[in-house]
Amino acid sequence: MADEKRIDAATGTEIKHHEWDGIQELDTPLPRWWLWTFYATILFAIGYMIAYPAWPLIDRATGGVLGWSSRGTLEKELAARERQIAPVRQAIAATPITALPGQRQLMQQAIEGGRAAFRVHCVQCHGSGAAGSKGYPNLNDDDWLWGGDLATIEKTITDGVRNPDHAATRQSQMPAFGKDQLLSAAQVDDVVAHVRVISGQDKASAASRRGATVFADNCAVCHGPAGKGNRTVGAPNLTDAIWLYGGDRETIHETVWNSRHGVMPRWDDKLDKATIRMLAAYVHSLGGGEAAPAARADAGH
Amino acid sequence: MEQLVWKTGGWFALATLAFLAMLGAADFGFAVHMAIVCAAALAVAVLTMRRADYEGIARGWLKMPADQGVYDDDPIRWGVIATVFWGLAGLLAGLYIALQLAFPALNLGLEYTSFGRLRPLHTSAVIFAFGGNALIATSFYVVQRTCRARLAFPALARFVFWGYQLFIVLAATGYLLGITEGREYAEPEWYVDLWLTIVWVAYLLVFGGTVLRRREPHIYVANWFYLSFILTIAMLHIVNNLSMPVSWLGSKSYSAFAGVQDALTQWWYGHNAVGFFLTAGFLAMMYYFVPKQAERPVYSYRLSIIHFWSLIFLYIWAGPHHLHYTALPDWAQTFGMVFSIMLWMPSWGGMINGLMTLNGAWDRIRTDPIIRMMVMALAFYGMSTFEGPMMSVKTVNSLSHYTDWTIGHVHSGALGWNGLITFACLYYLTPRLWKRERLYSLRLVNWHFWLATVGIVLYAASMWVAGIMEGLMWREYGADGYLVYAFSEVVKATFPLYLIRAAGGLLYLTGAVIMAWNIGRTIAGSPLREEKPMNDAAYDAAADRPLIAQPA
Repeated sequence: MADEKRIDAATGTEIKHHEWDGIQELDTPLPRWWLWTFYATILFAIGYMIAYPAWPLIDRATGGVLGWSSRGTLEKELAARERQIAPVRQAIAATPITALPGQRQLMQQAIEGGRAAFRVHCVQCHGSGAAGSKGYPNLNDDDWLWGGDLATIEKTITDGVRNPDHAATRQSQMPAFGKDQLLSAAQVDDVVAHVRVISGQDKASAASRRGATVFADNCAVCHGPAGKGNRTVGAPNLTDAIWLYGGDRETIHETVWNSRHGVMPRWDDKLDKATIRMLAAYVHSLGGGEAAPAARADAGH
Repeated sequence: MEQLVWKTGGWFALATLAFLAMLGAADFGFAVHMAIVCAAALAVAVLTMRRADYEGIARGWLKMPADQGVYDDDPIRWGVIATVFWGLAGLLAGLYIALQLAFPALNLGLEYTSFGRLRPLHTSAVIFAFGGNALIATSFYVVQRTCRARLAFPALARFVFWGYQLFIVLAATGYLLGITEGREYAEPEWYVDLWLTIVWVAYLLVFGGTVLRRREPHIYVANWFYLSFILTIAMLHIVNNLSMPVSWLGSKSYSAFAGVQDALTQWWYGHNAVGFFLTAGFLAMMYYFVPKQAERPVYSYRLSIIHFWSLIFLYIWAGPHHLHYTALPDWAQTFGMVFSIMLWMPSWGGMINGLMTLNGAWDRIRTDPIIRMMVMALAFYGMSTFEGPMMSVKTVNSLSHYTDWTIGHVHSGALGWNGLITFACLYYLTPRLWKRERLYSLRLVNWHFWLATVGIVLYAASMWVAGIMEGLMWREYGADGYLVYAFSEVVKATFPLYLIRAAGGLLYLTGAVIMAWNIGRTIAGSPLREEKPMNDAAYDAAADRPLIAQPA
């Protein structure tokens, strides 16, 4: 039997002389296209290994005849990008932020650059639409903790808010009135009732009237007698409908009881001057940007 | 009697040790795991002591035919049931995490149900629980038939099956409890790794022992692939998991490797888990079940030799392509890329040998739904083994890496190739293992085929679009020289594609539920479904025996 050729009727190919559980095998030669493609990939591999870094030696690898390296490519691409934007960045870095609005084209370029930088560095907290969320200010509105003119925004970005171990950072420390027993539980309830009244959410009551006294003694020093806030110490305006943590009774109570010390990092140790300036221009452009204090004063007269 | 005392005593001792380890555990997760081990050892001890014929009882429940002293098929029957069960579990977990990506609220705010823990649950359930059980069961089936020999070490074969299930349970519960080494596809911690090593060596002994007992002069090609899979997985598993436990009574350990060496070790393992678990092992299934179902000779003996050796030689070097443009030195990246490209034809050798085996029986694609499933599996195998080398090219990779394209690529391989070929093998095996006339319904196989195929197309197509879109958006610079999109904007843009992907997964899962029903009815021996007949391979029970009858 071993000598006799067996031919498969359907394909006309010889059947090999072995069988496993009824499975036979044909003696079909390797498909030519398969073999030649396989050879071609091997040739490509050899060529590629000559052209590019490939063979490990004792203390380094062959560099390849093209002299290509992934780090080299990255550096080149970064340098090209840097060259493209360098003139604008230099111009922005050299222009004081108060002078930017006077140069319309440069201001527009700063806003566009700020938009890109915002997407990378700021959206994590402030959201991609800069609308913020609980504890993270909305940057689209005109309610500012520290001020909404270009120079003030730039300063806030540069030094951050309550950034630890940074003397220039913006600081404000509202006491934890309840936790630290500066006020009794009843007094906290009363002052919360008062804040609900001045923010126009509740009608005056006996509690809120008691709270008004507590407010005048403890809160007015920063938030002002009318609760309109004070930007020099970052004290929020309590009479509008905009809340950083929330204006409902429980949240205000929590704020008075424990206080809130939200943190924004300083950026001057992470970003260059031009980027910070561009970010300030972008945030200013979102809708709530204010004119410089001097200009506003002029307009007032 | 004395032997029984020793055996029972041994299991009790193990249970006691596990109990003590539970009491002294350094962390909660380890205590839970030791409780599971203790319960498992106690159960085995009690079953051993009572000396009842539990295999007989299980046979009664699962309506399995009695051992006729021909082939040792009981562990294979359990394996078929386990494969169906874990397949459903793994696909369900996959669908759930796909929905989590679209609707993050489904994380439920609990650490146990967070994406980070359910994702390894899904990957391990489909690769190791579903795929692993399919590989173990089919390898035991194929090696007996093609060697014309009964399984060597029958008790060890049972240990392999149950030991592997314990491994799966420990791995899965560990992920939910937050126990992980954080190594992709090798998340279980050191003690679970040690257990798997023991089970795997037992598996090698059973498989290798059966090959050595063969009554055939040559070893069939399917067994080459199974053996390369078992040996290489042993090597990969041991090296990748070399680590030092923080405490012998705690679940945390630290890898023996650090930095870029660790990354390379992980992807050497990860890539070859794909190569030797999901490719070589499943090609072994293909080499037996496709010619059997098609009732045709294998297309080319020579091609099987050349593509086998070139595949296993080239695959092992291709891992670095997962680390393009990272801290991995350029020369190692080059090797990963060129070996992946050379791998293209060796991979396709398996597809050619499978598809061309239908030479002379092409009409079966029209008439036989199981063949149809096998052909679609081979088509997806061919597509993803072309896509893989293409994505390993650095220029392509710089666009595709870290995007959903990779997810799409993996799933066209996993759902298309591994899933469909396994389903086809289960459909082939069930009536033969339970001595039924044929499957309960071939029309339902056809339904399964179409649901799965449409599901994969939705999955792969949506992930291609998502991946290429992500790659382009991430790198897009405006004319002014700044990045155009925030990462969150890219996430938002993928939302509709995530929905399409989940819809594809739902279709695929529906197909698998239909399969579970069909296989369940076949096992239960219910009368065949009344339907328009379709073609199926003939089965001659009398021919399904070793050349020489062997004692059970």
